Amino acid sequence: MGLDFSIVPDYLDIILLGVAWTIGITVASALLSFVGGIFFAVIALYSPWIIRQPFRLIEWVFMGTPLLLQLFLIYFGLVQIGIDLPAFVAGIIGLGLHFAVYNSELIQTAILAVDKGQMEAARTLGLSRGEALRKVVVPQAVNAVIPPIGNNMIALLKDSALVSVIGVSELTLSAQRVIGKTYRPFEFYLVAAAFYYVINLCMEWVQRKIERRIAVSR
Amino acid sequence: MTEHTHFVEIRHAQKSYGALEVLKDISLNVERGQIVGIIGSSGSGKSTLLRAINDLDPLTGGEVWLDGIQVNKSLPHRQYEKHINAMRQQIGMVFQHFNLFPHMTVRENVAMAPKLLKEISKEEANQLAAEQLDHVGMLERIDYYPSQLSGGQKQRVAIARALAMKPKLMLFDEATSALDPELVEEVNQVMKKLAEEHMTMIIVTHEMDFAASVCDRVLFMDKGVVVEEGPPEVVLENPSQKRTREFLRKHIEGAS
Ligand SMILES: Nc1ncnc2c1ncn2[C@@H]1O[C@H](COP(=O)(O)OP(=O)(O)OP(=O)(O)O)[C@@H](O)[C@H]1O
Ligand SMILES: [Mg+2]
Repeated sequence: MGLDFSIVPDYLDIILLGVAWTIGITVASALLSFVGGIFFAVIALYSPWIIRQPFRLIEWVFMGTPLLLQLFLIYFGLVQIGIDLPAFVAGIIGLGLHFAVYNSELIQTAILAVDKGQMEAARTLGLSRGEALRKVVVPQAVNAVIPPIGNNMIALLKDSALVSVIGVSELTLSAQRVIGKTYRPFEFYLVAAAFYYVINLCMEWVQRKIERRIAVSR
Repeated sequence: MTEHTHFVEIRHAQKSYGALEVLKDISLNVERGQIVGIIGSSGSGKSTLLRAINDLDPLTGGEVWLDGIQVNKSLPHRQYEKHINAMRQQIGMVFQHFNLFPHMTVRENVAMAPKLLKEISKEEANQLAAEQLDHVGMLERIDYYPSQLSGGQKQRVAIARALAMKPKLMLFDEATSALDPELVEEVNQVMKKLAEEHMTMIIVTHEMDFAASVCDRVLFMDKGVVVEEGPPEVVLENPSQKRTREFLRKHIEGAS
């Protein structure tokens, strides 16, 4: 049996639905990982020791264990303590927090790299430490981490396939379902790969746009 | 309670970093509208003294008063933060390396703090920024980013940023030291303009000619103490202290 792509259009609706789920989950968890990353970074750098400890534990869990295990834990584990999340929500939380921890590392490094004269200038004008962080230090750090965070977001897109194991019909699982009906793994995995590639290109395009926007202010 | 009759009053300022004492019992009064220059060799404590005035480098002893209010008064942490933020709004500071905010336009650099801290609208803050930028001759560059400006232009924007908070006192820490020689004059001009408007200023500088032309009084500092203090024509041209003479002689040699 050779390659035959002629049946692909018949199942395109299922595949496209998968694409939509993949994009939705990727975008939502990317946003969560971004906001969470800033939050974790500020906690790690500026909060008292006692507050940092639980967050260090969270960080350790998300960095030191497989993402797959984390997804199981959030989807199947939390049910036991009465938190019954829809699969896609569990997926977004898992992916989002996992990458938030990695983004936090990048943001921390970038915050520490912001010239200390920036904080001084802001404080001198009468801004509180929090205001100075919010208005002056964090935005600069965020600008500096857009490229490495962009790389993390590409990794996030690829890892979004893992949420198929908790039953979210994203692109990979959709392809699998179609294959289950058609027995055409090669064709449909290639189609899925092509879609991942296209989404990837779009993300790189968005990243370049953001970088160019920021480049003006350098 | 002692009377505080001077506009700025530094009483027995003392500062140590561990065993290193960098300010040794310095007292200084500045009247409203006066301009005081501070000169001295590297490491003599000029910046430390200046930065103690707005508590950027807190003193380990002594008091700083501005217009009848103690800047570094002892308060519980929370209250102190509120107090010092309010005091700092009244004390403008200009740094050697400008410290403009690179992610903001010139306008935003100047308007940000008033917008955030004063009870004014966004439009009023922008209007205020435009006025201050006009004052330092930088209105044309209002939509530029700092990276698109020369050093002299950056420093003028930094001055406008400080002025936008309507400070009672301006502190300058070697505002022209990082500039190419041909850019020094435009910044000096702005500072002279402020002098004519009777802004109270404390100016740390390496430029003796400039100090002579704008300052009412000059302090020579060495190793954490004020060695000599007086009108510029005395301290800079006819100093009574040997250390001052040595410093000036070395300075002239270094400059030529
Ligand atoms: N954070 C610090 N920790 C330890 N020592 C410090 C610190 N800041 C300043 N010093 C020391 O305090 C002394 C005075 O420094 P300061 O910066 O006030 O000198 P300055 O007169 O401004 O010199 P310059 O002309 O080079 O700017 C120096 O010996 C310096 O090494
Ligand atoms: Mg200095």
